[in-house]
Amino acid sequence: MNDIFRFETPEFPGDKPVNVSRRGFLRASAAGALVLGFGLPIRARAQTPAMAAGTRVPAFLEIRPDNTVRLLSPFAEGGQGVFTAMAQIVGEELDADPAGFLVETAPAGGDYLVINGKMRITGGSMSVRSSYETMRRLGALARAMLIRAAAERLGVPAGELTTEPGKVVHAGSGRSLSYGELAGDALDLPVPDPAGVALRDPSEFRWIGQPMARLDAHAKSTGQAVFSIDCKVEGMLHAAVQHAPRLGLGVGTIRNEAEIAAMDGVDSVHALPGAVTVVAERWWVAKTAAEALDVEWAETGDLDPRWRPMPADFSTEAYAEQLAAQPGDGQQAEAQGDVAAALGQAGQVIEATYHSQLLHHAQLEPPSALARFNQDGSLDVWLPNQAPEQFRADIAGLAGVEADRINIHSPLLGGFFGRHFLYPSANPYPQAIALARAVKRPVKVIWSREEEFLRDPLRPMAAVRFRGAMGQDGLPVALDAVSICEGPTEAINGRDPDKLDPTALEGLTSKPYAIPNRRIAQNYAQSPAMLAYWRSVGNSMNDFFYETFLDELADSAGQDPYEMRMKLLDGNARLTTLLQAAGELCGGWKRGPFTAEDGSRRARGVAMASPFGSQTAAIAEVSIRDGEVVVHDVWQVIDPGSIVNPAIVEAQVGSAVALGLSQVLLEEAVYENGQPVARNFDAYPILPPERMARVHVRIIESGAPMGGIGEPGLPAVPPAVVNAVSTLTGRRIRSMPLSRQEFKA
Amino acid sequence: MKLQINDQDFEVTSSGDTPLLWVIRDELGMTGTKYGCGIAQCGACSVLVDGVVTRSCVTTLDSVEGSRITTIEAIEKDEIGRRVVEKWVQHQVPQCGYCQSGQVMAATSLLKENPDPSDDDIAAAMINLCRCGTYNAIRTAVLDLAGKQEAKL
Repeated sequence: MNDIFRFETPEFPGDKPVNVSRRGFLRASAAGALVLGFGLPIRARAQTPAMAAGTRVPAFLEIRPDNTVRLLSPFAEGGQGVFTAMAQIVGEELDADPAGFLVETAPAGGDYLVINGKMRITGGSMSVRSSYETMRRLGALARAMLIRAAAERLGVPAGELTTEPGKVVHAGSGRSLSYGELAGDALDLPVPDPAGVALRDPSEFRWIGQPMARLDAHAKSTGQAVFSIDCKVEGMLHAAVQHAPRLGLGVGTIRNEAEIAAMDGVDSVHALPGAVTVVAERWWVAKTAAEALDVEWAETGDLDPRWRPMPADFSTEAYAEQLAAQPGDGQQAEAQGDVAAALGQAGQVIEATYHSQLLHHAQLEPPSALARFNQDGSLDVWLPNQAPEQFRADIAGLAGVEADRINIHSPLLGGFFGRHFLYPSANPYPQAIALARAVKRPVKVIWSREEEFLRDPLRPMAAVRFRGAMGQDGLPVALDAVSICEGPTEAINGRDPDKLDPTALEGLTSKPYAIPNRRIAQNYAQSPAMLAYWRSVGNSMNDFFYETFLDELADSAGQDPYEMRMKLLDGNARLTTLLQAAGELCGGWKRGPFTAEDGSRRARGVAMASPFGSQTAAIAEVSIRDGEVVVHDVWQVIDPGSIVNPAIVEAQVGSAVALGLSQVLLEEAVYENGQPVARNFDAYPILPPERMARVHVRIIESGAPMGGIGEPGLPAVPPAVVNAVSTLTGRRIRSMPLSRQEFKA
Repeated sequence: MKLQINDQDFEVTSSGDTPLLWVIRDELGMTGTKYGCGIAQCGACSVLVDGVVTRSCVTTLDSVEGSRITTIEAIEKDEIGRRVVEKWVQHQVPQCGYCQSGQVMAATSLLKENPDPSDDDIAAAMINLCRCGTYNAIRTAVLDLAGKQEAKL
């Protein structure tokens, strides 16, 4: 059952008359199949009584006569495997084989706000851990409804009925009814009290905890998977964009507008905030024409106040120096003991300044958005997004259409890594909506890769000033870190001067090591560039800073970095086990340098991280070839407490390792004169296959509260690699990427 | 102009300098072939032209007149392509999936040319980018297709 994405572009029912009786709607819709519950026109949905998020069974589940279960996932699928995990969780309690599930992302709506019953995003590695109980209960509620329907149909007490995968069974009479046969009655029943349904004992799990195959593997191996960029509707036009070279500039004049508008296949030319666009019958024509527009960009001063005008002289190289030199000890986020006194008494204070770089998301699917105004005044938007309700609210304001008349379609994400949140200057849907309104036809906007690299909001860059000292016992006695940076959350949502942005410092804060005197602080510096979340957010750089400086401290006292960490974790059973497991996984810790079987000189580095509720330890083995770092192996142990699908966990750790390697080895968004130097993958290299390391993963289920999976595998990788390189080359490395430097073994 | 794709003849009207990718996606509506960079860097747009993997984003329409083009939509009709897809599923290669049409085309082309590729042959042929970093799974799947075991450490 792998053709789950083999759908035609969905037909929108918005123009049809609405029958608020669900039965009536069912009869009116769907050739052959009983379409239960969802697909309900939005106005019908609005008239249904309020229920707690995640409990209105028909909003999530459709069971077809052939027993296929269609599930609307609160979370978007972008490679992390959440559709399969949701099917496993719901299927476990529903008692239906998840392999037979079809899964799609749910539309915007209160029923889907399953994160603490209040909100949803697909991010923060939160999907499974935040909704695990809710989604199990949803499956259990549906099962209870099927049993009740069967009881009525068979004329027996519900207590005499049980289920086997896909059917309700009456053992006494040997009769059974398939879920497909019962669904029509069952999903019409009132949903039982969620508190009253029993959940399966974990010891009886059949699917949760199993390495089930992903539901989307075949569709994605045969080109059938549908991403936003693939969506099409009848009568649709295509649009391409040329953005102002710097955010904040607007359209002055278009010198050749008439000439371009007259090109074959061109529908029209439009000036939009900070961009010119061409609408055409085909995208290639639109792109060629948009790039040919000769625009005089001007300081128009009437742009979105959330946009930060990019200074004409912004240079990342100069900015890195500026950050490092910004005076001040910052605002304290975390402190213990008396770090000033401890440093004052130390024989030797180790001081170092570390740097991180701006990064692109570089998801392979360029951004796109398709907008269609319908005759009844409703609006459909197809767009990559990690937060349907947030996008709907923004679109409502933008388009002047009530939120409940806006249908947000969330196709598969061609990678996301934090790219598809609500970033004010970085999404094409405002353009698609403006153009669809202007040309009175549906319009799909696609940003070329070059336009994407011009507007992609970036992973923050930081400079971190460290001071530290070692005690007589060979362990760190003091550590002081001041990060000069802006966190992504304060950059996106606005800064509260009285509060620190936890995403600015996570990975410098909450480290587990028993260092008696320590202080972590942020010295705020507003970024000229628009910022964003990037896979593993603050941890993506902060664990690099901390874990490499920790090695620097170890070196200053001749300590082995693995043994020193082990001592600093004394009494912490969970992390001691984790670090020991990493040592075992690599065949026993050895730092090196040593000579490998192939004659190359190699060394290993170790690092740990505590991101997104999980715990990780990574060891990397490196050598130098032709002046370049080669990462041969990465061994990583992850303890997420408990898991749903070990195969997906392993795949996610491998994927996070790849992105961590890409960051530490290669990536850096460089700006000169207010503009990105790289506008495509030729000048912004991402990890190619020949730079990938072998990855060895071990999962520990310690039973701690469930942690995240999608991001936690990243943060320990850059420091493990850099620590290995420092050991091998005998010099400390304090910035990423390593491609900036040439190495000798 | 006539175009032969997946053993079907199409009459297309795009201008001759249009990249094949956009003829396939926009004019013919087959969206399995992906746009990633437009400058032959990523390989998401890979198709077979006369059996050889080709980056359609920089291949003009008029350069493929008279050629036999295969896109991902027909990959399972090709015996080698069918095996590649089977191994892609077995080894659970795709994550986000956006690059995988191109990866499958690249693997199919490699095995058509060389049913017994060495490690180096695989490394030289499988050069498409994957932002999810599925490279190890890709390599495992291609080694399996070549009847080889994963090399020991």
